[in-house]
Amino acid sequence: MAFFKKPNFKGIGAKTREMPEGLWTKCPTCGEVIHNLALAENLRVCPKCDHHFTLGAHDRIASLADPESFKEIDAGMTSVDTLEFKGVATYLDRLKNYQEKTGLKDAVITGPAKICGHPVGLAVMDFHFLAATMGSVVGEKITRLIELSTKKKMPVIIVCASGGARMYEGMLSLMQMAKTSGALALHAQAGRPYINVLTNPTTAGVMASYASLGDIIVAEPNSMIGFAGPRVIKETTHQDLPAGFQTAEFLEKHGLIDVVVSRTKLRATLGQLLDYLAPATK
Amino acid sequence: MKLQILDFERPIVELEQKLEEIKSHVKGQDINLAPEVRKMQEKIEATKKEVYANLSAWQRVQISRHSARPFFLDYVGLAFTDFVELKGDRLYSDDASMPAGLATIDGIKCIVIGQQKGRDVKENLLRNFGSPHPEGYRKALRLMRLAEKFNLPVVCLIDTPGAYPGVGAEERHIAEAIAVNLREMMILRTPIVAIVIGEGGSGGALGIGVADRVLMLENAYYSVISPEGCAAILWKHRKHAPEAAAALKLNATELLKLELIDEIVSEPLGGAHRDPAAAAKSLQAAVTSALRSLEKVPVEKLLQARYDKFRKMGRVQE
Repeated sequence: MAFFKKPNFKGIGAKTREMPEGLWTKCPTCGEVIHNLALAENLRVCPKCDHHFTLGAHDRIASLADPESFKEIDAGMTSVDTLEFKGVATYLDRLKNYQEKTGLKDAVITGPAKICGHPVGLAVMDFHFLAATMGSVVGEKITRLIELSTKKKMPVIIVCASGGARMYEGMLSLMQMAKTSGALALHAQAGRPYINVLTNPTTAGVMASYASLGDIIVAEPNSMIGFAGPRVIKETTHQDLPAGFQTAEFLEKHGLIDVVVSRTKLRATLGQLLDYLAPATK
Repeated sequence: MKLQILDFERPIVELEQKLEEIKSHVKGQDINLAPEVRKMQEKIEATKKEVYANLSAWQRVQISRHSARPFFLDYVGLAFTDFVELKGDRLYSDDASMPAGLATIDGIKCIVIGQQKGRDVKENLLRNFGSPHPEGYRKALRLMRLAEKFNLPVVCLIDTPGAYPGVGAEERHIAEAIAVNLREMMILRTPIVAIVIGEGGSGGALGIGVADRVLMLENAYYSVISPEGCAAILWKHRKHAPEAAAALKLNATELLKLELIDEIVSEPLGGAHRDPAAAAKSLQAAVTSALRSLEKVPVEKLLQARYDKFRKMGRVQE
């Protein structure tokens, strides 16, 4: 595919910056070269093979919520480096870096919205921000959204993606699992629905809390979903992993996921599920 | 079995060996070495105090993993009476890495649950190194509901490197099993006391750790990820585990400061493995006192306080 390679103008750096970058994207599954506008229009799903590219939180919200219906809450909430974590890079450096790169404050956006006319509490995680790991901000924003939804008698919809708990916040991160799951317990006791959508990838601490607790669990095709990473499993067990292990389809077959649905049909599917679980709120 | 000696314990062990030598030398001979023996004993005590007063995070992790450290069933034998093991999740199998059952602690009848490690290969095969499968968490929840039904408090002893990362565990949804426990423990209508007795390995520990009182033995650790795992990711090599252990703030004193645990339970000098009976006594006193303080609390108040406690956890900026 040399044709699509960026030409190599040595020594004229100013000119390389003017080259039209990122106009096309190659599908890693089928090799189709897709114009970025066409890809965005199709919600970043390959029109040829249905490969699902990572979708940012803002685009996701635009694709799910009725126009103008989403009202973000806790938009300014940011992480605190309570542990004063120093690894190879400090936590504060990491945060700053990702905030600049993504334009996001942290890995989740939350707020009330409407989906196909149904008022809901909507949370969308964004894998671009530190692999959507869950620290205090993610836990707190999700918990507040659940509590708000319980109070306002709305269903909760969480679109999940995550590399797990955020180690930079140590045990503060782990406890977000208990906090969010606890809020869902009260939401369930109040008889309100909770639907979650698993996207590529959803793993570890997030999977072992709210991502596994939906009344209905929906997943995007071919998403990697699991508790432990495949490399860890292989190293621990010295076992070959079955074909398709930890994919959405594998977990649908093994009884965890209710429905695997393409992103292009996700909004309609959620609308239909809400018609059944929350008919009175429409 | 020969006691495993940790690097930093070596000076103490050497002195102890010398003391034994002197003692055996004296035996059957008519020489008085009492002053030497006393001097040596004093030196040992001083060395112990010096070594154990300044333990690093990593050294405590090593103590928490010591092979002679009392395990769950040791405490069940030492601090509880009349244990009746109850097995099975009624769905798939029994998980021997998380034994559980009815037991009595200082006259209080309860359900006791904990992860169990093994001391040799055979035991570890049976106990899966203290790493539960989904069945362990589901059995735990079944018995917690039994406790709720019959008005018994629940006591959980946490000691696991983590939930098991295996093919079967994934196929039977270990993440879901843990998640459901987190949700259901939050609203379980009976007092719950949890104590980390050794390793508090991430979600695998928290899966039986949502409690009204969360206690921790002095040398136990409780962490979002193992120090080795964290080192492998952030330092690109497991050999940096000591740095990772320090960075993660996984010791009892740090966690108490962060208000993530409620109480530190002291161990005998040098760690629980140096005097299991004394460690068990300490655990028994702490667990009993927690249970006594909770039994008087009306259940609605108990649940509100449990929710509020975990609700507060986390630090954010707005």
